[in-house]
Amino acid sequence: MAITIEQVEHIARLAKLEFTEEEKQRISRELSRILEYVEKLNELDTSRVEPLSHTTEMTNVMRPDTVTGSLPLAAVLNNAPSRQGNFFKVPKVVK
Amino acid sequence: MKYEAVIGLEVHAQLLTDSKIFCGCSTQFGGEPNAQTCPVCLGMPGVLPVLNERAVEFAVKMGLATHCKIASFSRFARKNYFYPDLPKGYQISQYESPLCHDGYVDIELEDGTRKRVGIIRIHLEEDAGKSIHDPALAGEDTLVDLNRCGVPLIEIVSAPDLRSPQEAHAYLVRLKQLVTYLGICDGNMEEGSLRCDANVSVRPVGSRGLGVKTEVKNMNSFRNVERALTFEINRQIQLLESGGEVVQETLLWDAGAGVARPMRSKEEAHDYRYFPEPDLVPMVVESAWIEKIRQSLPELPLARKERLMRQYQLPAYDAGILTMTRELADYYEAVAQKCRDYKLASNWVMGEVLRVLNERKIDINQFPISAHRLSGLLNLILDETISSKIAKTVFEEMLTSGEDAAAIVQRKGLAQVTDRAAIEAIVVKVLQENPKQVEQYRSGKEKVFGYFVGQVMRATRGKANPGLVNEILKEKLRE
Repeated sequence: MAITIEQVEHIARLAKLEFTEEEKQRISRELSRILEYVEKLNELDTSRVEPLSHTTEMTNVMRPDTVTGSLPLAAVLNNAPSRQGNFFKVPKVVK
Repeated sequence: MKYEAVIGLEVHAQLLTDSKIFCGCSTQFGGEPNAQTCPVCLGMPGVLPVLNERAVEFAVKMGLATHCKIASFSRFARKNYFYPDLPKGYQISQYESPLCHDGYVDIELEDGTRKRVGIIRIHLEEDAGKSIHDPALAGEDTLVDLNRCGVPLIEIVSAPDLRSPQEAHAYLVRLKQLVTYLGICDGNMEEGSLRCDANVSVRPVGSRGLGVKTEVKNMNSFRNVERALTFEINRQIQLLESGGEVVQETLLWDAGAGVARPMRSKEEAHDYRYFPEPDLVPMVVESAWIEKIRQSLPELPLARKERLMRQYQLPAYDAGILTMTRELADYYEAVAQKCRDYKLASNWVMGEVLRVLNERKIDINQFPISAHRLSGLLNLILDETISSKIAKTVFEEMLTSGEDAAAIVQRKGLAQVTDRAAIEAIVVKVLQENPKQVEQYRSGKEKVFGYFVGQVMRATRGKANPGLVNEILKEKLRE
């Protein structure tokens, strides 16, 4: 299964990434090769097999509704490249 | 050509849990920005979410209240998109196996008829943080507060069964009533604990197909939902009538300008690449748990309304208003239990009590007169100690003094005069002082009668028993 340049561009936009034309060509080739590799799985008939979402058999791991506290504000904001007061500051996202 | 609208609503309700859905941070509103966050809700690498049991319980409650099937197996999914208020880069939601599905709610329309609106699904998910774009606060940037990030939500998706903005409004009112009766959400649209998006299309009346739909967002009050839908339906009809085509897009309602504007047109904004959340194991809701939750459901609004009509012989209108909130219905029933005239109790709660609540913008829980005291006041009317008119004065006094009605009546000497001789004396005096009017009355001008009543009431400061006054006046005027 070949991944087209258009598909690469679409995925790049969703991931907020920018590539040069050369990079797009390369990524298209590499992604196509990866898909070809896993294509082999299609040789098996899985029409009667439930899709697997979890490899453990565990269910219902829950916690009681109890407040156990939060991080100190200084720690919360420690990694923020930019802040204003106790807010995170980011480039404007609406016009 | 005549058109009809086809509307489906997606309603998000913030659940009233103490802690967030996947971590132990507080959900309390109004805290210092970002002070209620931790590595889990900040989206730090390597952390593991753990599901809040009460959030599941609340979602199941809503599912049961809306006649949904509760999925015995259900899991979470990642909805992938980038936005600064979503630090993980994905929202944990549910996709192909929602917790509740295929239910309905009955709504009541203005003309009193009922309509059944399908519920496609109710699923659990986490809320995102809050972005502040206001230049006065954020300047050229955007500020982000992640306290809301991870607060549990249920998303309730209706079938496209609604045919007008009025029906959409009635449906929303019913949902709010349900979540507040259940105590799972405070139902406040203005503060964002209840949010509504709409899918809207129009089609020629009689047609069975569906037109191209648009999605309308940002309608943050019940009134705005009606306004925005009316706007969008008219826009689509005008577009089609002038030979144009509706484009599938998302519109943002601008309440100030009264218009809905396109938000984004790039289709890939909707490409969320859902996949099963590997960090959370599936939920298996056993029937024993469902039954336990079912047992804990309160009497729901429609059932309570019907019971009030039966038990207290109230008109549908009264019962509808009294059951708008669970607390108001509780209050009414507490009054009615101690007052033999149920309709009188209804009139007072719907009239005087609701008037004061509206004026003061308070809830019934904050109302200064207890149900017990109000029934005391009504019983003074019923045993003719005071007239209805005087009762209003006493009611006003009760709002501030915190006394029993009887104590106020005694302290201010407001008890009704029912002493026949005393009233007779006053009537005679009034008639003597107004010979001209007496002559008018006797020559057939019966309207003056009201004037005499007024004079007698004035002389007794409103305390004379109105029935007796009428009787004695008629008697004396015949002489």
